[in-house]
Amino acid sequence: MRSETERFSTFTRRGALLAGAQGLLSIALAGRMYYLGVVQSDQYKTLADENRFSLRLLAPERGEILDRAGRRLATNRHDYRVFLIPEQSADMVDTLNRLGRIIEISEGTRNRIFKQIKRQRGYLPVTVASNLSWDDFARINVESPNLPGIQPDVGPTRLYPHGAHLAPVTGYVGAVSEEERQRDNPLHSLPGFKIGKSEIEKSVDDYLRGTAGSSRVEVNANGRVVREVARQDGLAGEDVTLTVDLELQRYAAERLGEESAGVVVMDMDTGGVLALVSTPSYNPNDFNLGISPENWQALVKDPRTPLVNKAIAGQYPPGSTIKMLVILAALEDGLVDPDETVYCNGKHRFGDRTFHCWEERGHGRVDLLDSIAKSCDVYFYELAPKVGIDRIAAMARRFGLGGGFGLPLSSEAAGLVPSRDWKMGAIGERWHPGETLVTAIGQGYMLATPLQLAVMTARLANGGRRVKPRLIRSIGGVELPLEPAEPLGIDAEQLALVARGMEMVLEEDGTAYLSRLRGEGFSMAGKTGTSQVRRISKAEREAGVVKNEDKPWQERDHALFVAYGPQPSPRYALSVVVEHGGGGAKYAAPIARDIMRRTLEIDPAGTREIAATDPRETG
Amino acid sequence: MGSRLMFGPRKADRSVLQKLSELNWAMVLTLSVIAGIGIAMQYSVAFGSFDPFALRQLIRFTAMLLLLLVIALVDIRIWMTLAYPAYLAGLVLLVAVEFFGFSGKGGQRWLDLGVMTLQPSELMKIGVIMALARYFHGLTAHQARQLKSLVLPALILAIPAILVIRQPDLGTAMMLLLGGIAVIFLAGARPWLFVTGAIAGIAAIPVIWNLLRPYQKERVLTFLNPERDPLGAGYQILQSKIALGSGGLFGKGFMEGTQSHLNFVPEMKTDFIFTVLAEEFGVVGGVGLLCLYLVLLGYAALIAVSSRNQFGRLLALGLAFALFLYVFINMAMVMGLVPVVGVPLPLVSYGGSAMLTMMIAYGLILSVALNRRLSIPRKHPFG
Repeated sequence: MRSETERFSTFTRRGALLAGAQGLLSIALAGRMYYLGVVQSDQYKTLADENRFSLRLLAPERGEILDRAGRRLATNRHDYRVFLIPEQSADMVDTLNRLGRIIEISEGTRNRIFKQIKRQRGYLPVTVASNLSWDDFARINVESPNLPGIQPDVGPTRLYPHGAHLAPVTGYVGAVSEEERQRDNPLHSLPGFKIGKSEIEKSVDDYLRGTAGSSRVEVNANGRVVREVARQDGLAGEDVTLTVDLELQRYAAERLGEESAGVVVMDMDTGGVLALVSTPSYNPNDFNLGISPENWQALVKDPRTPLVNKAIAGQYPPGSTIKMLVILAALEDGLVDPDETVYCNGKHRFGDRTFHCWEERGHGRVDLLDSIAKSCDVYFYELAPKVGIDRIAAMARRFGLGGGFGLPLSSEAAGLVPSRDWKMGAIGERWHPGETLVTAIGQGYMLATPLQLAVMTARLANGGRRVKPRLIRSIGGVELPLEPAEPLGIDAEQLALVARGMEMVLEEDGTAYLSRLRGEGFSMAGKTGTSQVRRISKAEREAGVVKNEDKPWQERDHALFVAYGPQPSPRYALSVVVEHGGGGAKYAAPIARDIMRRTLEIDPAGTREIAATDPRETG
Repeated sequence: MGSRLMFGPRKADRSVLQKLSELNWAMVLTLSVIAGIGIAMQYSVAFGSFDPFALRQLIRFTAMLLLLLVIALVDIRIWMTLAYPAYLAGLVLLVAVEFFGFSGKGGQRWLDLGVMTLQPSELMKIGVIMALARYFHGLTAHQARQLKSLVLPALILAIPAILVIRQPDLGTAMMLLLGGIAVIFLAGARPWLFVTGAIAGIAAIPVIWNLLRPYQKERVLTFLNPERDPLGAGYQILQSKIALGSGGLFGKGFMEGTQSHLNFVPEMKTDFIFTVLAEEFGVVGGVGLLCLYLVLLGYAALIAVSSRNQFGRLLALGLAFALFLYVFINMAMVMGLVPVVGVPLPLVSYGGSAMLTMMIAYGLILSVALNRRLSIPRKHPFG
């Protein structure tokens, strides 16, 4: 019994000890509860709200791109599409089969849908079809009670109403690629969000894009929206008005047809680009909707390079269109007497080489004006060594060659104006005097884009002012300031002399006489150019020069023409480059004439009104 | 006197009704209130629906309440007789899990009995305590202090512990060991044993660490630094703490918990049910539930102290301690005080196994209470 008492007292003592320990642990628990729920409660309340609420972005509507008269070049349309929400459909195959009776669902689409369903969460919609006709869309809406999980939806999508005609100006939008995705820009992660990929769409993307709206929603742990708490609609993007004239642009593109060509028409006073054409082009709508691999391959493999914007990125030897600048360089330093003549017998020896005039039979006696009108190469072979490459290069730069203008187009190329320093730097060789002769007729290293040629022509015809091309007139209704065009410092008489030469190009005996403009108030001056794609070897020349028409397309010359009008008070300058077109006079000049006529008909700058009130015409 | 009491007709012939009238109904009520809180929480988790969790939990509790009463009404001597067989049956089940059990949540712990799944390691917590109480009942105070008397208890503890660790279920193994050690401590083994045992245990941590499975190491590391893996293992602890903390002092209100209703808390109807309570009823609700458990513990302690037989004392306090461990580990776990180990909150968490253990244990404690005036000789006649 004593043992029993002892056992009991031990038990009670130790039981009390154990109970005490449990009491302490309980106090610890209560303390922890107090710490979390009272001391740190605010912090955890914030965290709970952060968990609970999620900010969803609402994509803003993209601004429109308008032509100078407010006509839409890029706009937005309603895209009728259908989504499938997997978790709302018990039998997705059956649902798709039913939907397949209304719209066509190809095997490929099915595979894509099921692949995507496996990848993402069940409450996220999968696009079944987009770009539906209103009829199909209406029918799906009617049938929707029988289509569990199918959700018809209307959303904005980019539309380029004029397709390929305007693509060189507008560019296109497309889905955000992995390289473009910015982590700090939440819009980029929005499904279906498009950004500008090229040209205007890309360069002023920030204005066009607008400001995202937001929707504060309550979400569960899986991210599914339970309800919307607050909503702030986004701000639509700003409309961008261009200087381009839709009608002229379309006309020029259609006039070029299937030719591989670039054309730029601009206002020589304001620099406003009225047309900027590159053919063949692509349909920007295809890129927006997602281009098929076959279409893409066709575009990439086409030898006429539809994806290159030839008006600004095509770089060609300017050919004879450079000759005015060579003459201005010579006149400026008094290196040529305009009345002095050169005898052209069709060839010219320089050092141990023979340089040929395009006119094999020779032009006979040629003075400065004739040299432009007839584009006599021998005259320039004579003149070139006196002027020297550095003067030619300097003059070319003053007229806008060899550098970009910073147009809001993503693919603008700089061209190339060769000089002694350039050759040493780029090729590591000394300048060869014979190369000056080649450069003086716009062959060899020199490269220019149609845009640069148009700017050059504008500066020649606007009294020698450094006009710069501009493409955007206003953004969101705010006019962009017009930079005054500073004088280039060219003597007016010398300019007038060159201008006279360019007029003579379209007169009798001029290279482009056949392409002259006829009609009251319709007149222009210009200059032909033909640039060789490959050098004609001595053997070939002896065998007789093969006509362009008989050569394979890729070996034909580029045909060029620069022009301005209306005479005598010009306002519009243009350039035409037809890749592998052949001779400039025969192939580029008629196109230039037609585009000039249309320009004068449309008369975007209203020169006829000005002519009626402004006595400038008499000057 | 002992023999008269033992076979006294008054005690032996008590009718069922008599026993029921003597039953500690306050304790049964406390159990029911706790279970009621659990059912309310299941109702909230299901967005205000009895179906399916709350209803099933209610049916389960009602059935087990009957089981508890039956266990309470059975004579304590019969339980004493069944102590070793129950322990051995538990061992058999544990071995069966090795061969026939199915896995869940990363360990092989469950046995499918057709009508319900059973976690033998749960029942083993009771089996170990019963066997040890039975063993020490037969020892004098002097014997209990002797080292050689601890050989059998060590085996009783070690065999199931090793089997449970192999499943692997570290949390249950530890609770098993702690419950057993508590009984040995209460029975009167020398204190220095526990001190050295504790030191040896701490010293063995590096060895144990190397024996841990990768997921167990992960849990411990995540416990030490929850930000280490905020989307994986740390997510549970973090979201649980957010739920608790955002509840504040008085909570967000019944069925108003955002963390739980928006699914941020994983396992919320089972192991993390306490976070739902604390989010909706705040610190007040959480401490209130803790107090209810302490009331149960207090009753068990009173019963143990008032019992005139060593088996009853050891059984009542040992079981009460084991169940307190449940509560403590679960609450500490959801509040980020200990690593996440799959320990449910008895009676409140959704599920049968833990509830079964709890109800059997309190049935036994009530049986001890009903037989507290019975003194049983060390040499027990049925043994």
